[in-house]
Amino acid sequence: MRVCRLAAVASAFALAGCDGAGGVLAPASPDARLVASLGWWMFASAIFVLIVTLGLVLVGANLHRRGEPRRISFRASVLLVVAGGVAAPLLAIVAVAISGVVIGDEVEGPGGADGPWIEVRGELWWWEFRYLDEDGEVVAVTANELHLPVGRRARLRLVSDNVIHSFWAPNLQGKTDLIPGKVNLLYAEPETPGTWRGQCAEFCGLQHGLMGFVVVAEPPGDFARWLAAQAEPHRVTEPEGLAVFDRIGCAECHTVRGTSADGEDGPDLTHLASRQTLAAATIPNSRGNLGGWITSTHTIKPGAKMPSRIPEPEDLHALLDFLESLE
Amino acid sequence: MTDATAPDGTRGRGAGGARGHGAEPEGLPDYVRGGRDGLGEAELAELERTWQSPPGFLAWFTHVNHTNIGRRFIITSLVFFALAGLLALAMRLQLAQPLNDVLGPEAYNQVMTVHGTAMMFLFAIPAMEGAAIYLAPLMVGARDMAFPRLNAFGYYVYLIGGTVFFLSLPFGLAPDAGWFNYVPLSSKEFSAGYGIDVWTTMITFIEVSALTAAVELIVTILKLRAPGMSLDRMPIFVWAVLVMSFMILFAMPSVIVASALLMMDRLVDTAFFDAALGGSPLLWQHLFWFFGHPEVYIILVPALGIVTSIVVTFTRRSVFGYAALVLAIVGIGMVSFGLWVHHMYTTGLPLMGRSFFMAASAMIAIPSGVQVYCWIATMWGARVRFATPMLFVLGFFAIFIAGGLTGVMVASVPFDRQVHDSYFVVAHFHYVLVGGSVFPLLAGLYYWFPKATGRMMSERAGRWSCGLVFVGFNLAFFPMHQLGLEGMPRRVYTYLPETGWTLLNQLATAGSAILALGFAITLANAALSLRRGAPAGDDPWDGPTLEWATTSPPLNCNFARQAVVQSGNPVWDRRRAEVSAHVGGLRTDRRETIVTTVLDARPHAVQVLPGPTPWPFVSALVASAAFLGLIFTPWAYVLGFFAAFVTFVLWFWPRRPWRED
Repeated sequence: MRVCRLAAVASAFALAGCDGAGGVLAPASPDARLVASLGWWMFASAIFVLIVTLGLVLVGANLHRRGEPRRISFRASVLLVVAGGVAAPLLAIVAVAISGVVIGDEVEGPGGADGPWIEVRGELWWWEFRYLDEDGEVVAVTANELHLPVGRRARLRLVSDNVIHSFWAPNLQGKTDLIPGKVNLLYAEPETPGTWRGQCAEFCGLQHGLMGFVVVAEPPGDFARWLAAQAEPHRVTEPEGLAVFDRIGCAECHTVRGTSADGEDGPDLTHLASRQTLAAATIPNSRGNLGGWITSTHTIKPGAKMPSRIPEPEDLHALLDFLESLE
Repeated sequence: MTDATAPDGTRGRGAGGARGHGAEPEGLPDYVRGGRDGLGEAELAELERTWQSPPGFLAWFTHVNHTNIGRRFIITSLVFFALAGLLALAMRLQLAQPLNDVLGPEAYNQVMTVHGTAMMFLFAIPAMEGAAIYLAPLMVGARDMAFPRLNAFGYYVYLIGGTVFFLSLPFGLAPDAGWFNYVPLSSKEFSAGYGIDVWTTMITFIEVSALTAAVELIVTILKLRAPGMSLDRMPIFVWAVLVMSFMILFAMPSVIVASALLMMDRLVDTAFFDAALGGSPLLWQHLFWFFGHPEVYIILVPALGIVTSIVVTFTRRSVFGYAALVLAIVGIGMVSFGLWVHHMYTTGLPLMGRSFFMAASAMIAIPSGVQVYCWIATMWGARVRFATPMLFVLGFFAIFIAGGLTGVMVASVPFDRQVHDSYFVVAHFHYVLVGGSVFPLLAGLYYWFPKATGRMMSERAGRWSCGLVFVGFNLAFFPMHQLGLEGMPRRVYTYLPETGWTLLNQLATAGSAILALGFAITLANAALSLRRGAPAGDDPWDGPTLEWATTSPPLNCNFARQAVVQSGNPVWDRRRAEVSAHVGGLRTDRRETIVTTVLDARPHAVQVLPGPTPWPFVSALVASAAFLGLIFTPWAYVLGFFAAFVTFVLWFWPRRPWRED
């Protein structure tokens, strides 16, 4: 952990922390904890079987060095094959099947889900998170940063209208695919406040490798305040920058609620400045990175769908002022 | 039909016995001196001329003998193995540093797709088929395969299809949607170029060659066995080939259907996989994995046969639990068709349905366990000779068992939902495929190389190669388990420094370099030993099965006279007994082989096999042109159908009844 933190500090791309390290082995939800302990049990059993079997191979093949080669009796051979080849695997099958069904039911089930409804949309190549109310109406839309209340079991509706993606936040839950024409459900229940990284796990094209997101778990009160703030439209304080935003075409793809910008192809930017990262959790959200992302998008992410724009310097500054005002 | 003669005095042609294939001039070649297996010198010389593959460049395209075709399959597949291995090195180089730029995402995705597809379709299956085509007829004591021309056709289809597929990479037309080519990513909307078309047409085309190989292997094994080789005396390797062939027969149509549907979606807008128009993206996954899972076992099963052959020879014991081993192999073949959904645990299918596949997946552990423990029982207390083939088999034990155990882990639904599509799975399937398939293939290469060439491979280089491959492999792939658990998805062209994945990736890259060196030593060893290796003689390892009863390399006709078999280890019998039995009465002036009954191999007919002919090559050429055209226009199908029909008519033109043969 310490080494990891050092590396993170040293890195020019350091994100908000390094809770994300450890993945499956650093569970932060009851589901992930169950699966991690299942993994450890299976790993220990596997190591045991590997050592016994390879031990038998090596001992058996070298016995002759101690004397004349001799064949073990038919009965002993049968016993060996039945014990090692039938009984032991049978035991493993029963254990795997029963634990799989019981744990699978536990971690995939709703289990009295009481958290928010969130629609997760896989895009090329970023994530949209739509927070819904009980009637399914959209309350707030954000991108690449999923906020969850601690101790509540959030309900995620996974959908895609392009290719297949897979939502994977290893510290919280196993992955589930986003498949066009299909709605999959997933439950996420963080136990402690923290920030973790997640990533698309199903190969989805050019920028699959950097299609990341950040999960932020916070106490229910903080979460409610965050959600209320995200639901607010933007109040324009930087009209010059907004004009540039319109003029160079940003508004064709991006929405900023409270302005005329209502494009639907790119991420909703209404509260861009509140997010920790840019470009699907690839670079930290700072003024410099924002400028770099706009002017040399494809150096950072070759193949990304966003066209890069190089405005006049004063326009760029106005634009950055505007984007930084989207709190 | 059969008679008994004293064992011939010419076994082991000794120093200088190695000879080139087929290019004998008029005079008598050395190795027919004194005759063989009770067949006189003059008759043997005539028989050899009858079975000769004509020399010369143009005549190369007319060869039909299974030894020629099998050898070509193996060499071609090894070339593809080397090329796809270089692609793997390029990927490892890219991943050695976070945010590296050795390969951009576009190039990386193409390299990754071609690596996976080539290793599966252009290396693993054809290598196993090649080994089977070369060895199975020898092991069952036949003179050739049942359909020699079909055999040649299959090879040219594979050669042309594979070459075109690989050439798509330098031309920048390579597919880039991964080796399982999921829709909708591979649909026209999201992959506009020709890359996916190259994948669908060439994979369909190459699978035709797998099907032809399967059909003729089945018929050869069931009908052309030497008299007396009842099913329960068949070498385990031949059983494994039989099971592999049936698996190919049932699995390949599924991927051919899937890629044909996708081809139609892309060419003529049929929308089988388009959710918006009522199609289903999951249909592709079901069809693909119904093939894709058995596919893994298609390349594992013959490898199990290779391991058994080597364990038997190097312990000088007949195998313990013959029936159990055969049942285990058949069992693996059957169960493997009931597992495909374990590739789809994360697609949101109901847990109840997935649970059945979870139990079935874990069930593979039983037949695998039975085999491993039968081998252990065979080796227990035996005087094991630790020559290179046996060392590779030991490597197989370690790596394959480790891969099998992680296989049981990923069979568990909740655990798999964490590691699915992560580097954990990358590690798992490389352990299974390299451990379960490449190690046995290398063991088999060292074991049968003397039979095929008449020369031994260097033992010293073999040991170095085995050690380096073993160490390099584990260094390259073991850290990937950890990477997967830390959250690294597979098929990523790069990763961020703060993920903390750098060190383990660097270990993996270092391991891959050592692994490559290990493979290179074996390839160089094989190339150098062709001319410089110590002469092998007929039976350098003291093997029990019939391929060791003929010369090295085998006669053009395989056996001067076909053997009559009295047990599962005919060559050991022959050494013990003073007499050996052979088939008599076959003509020497045309290609004849004896046909026997399916179960107990009683002789009941003689088949006349066709000689050299160019038509399979011409047919393959026309069919290739048609498939290539399909990449660009659906009309190529119509034209190709008729053109291929014409070549098939010429191929099957009946022989005139008044002619002697």
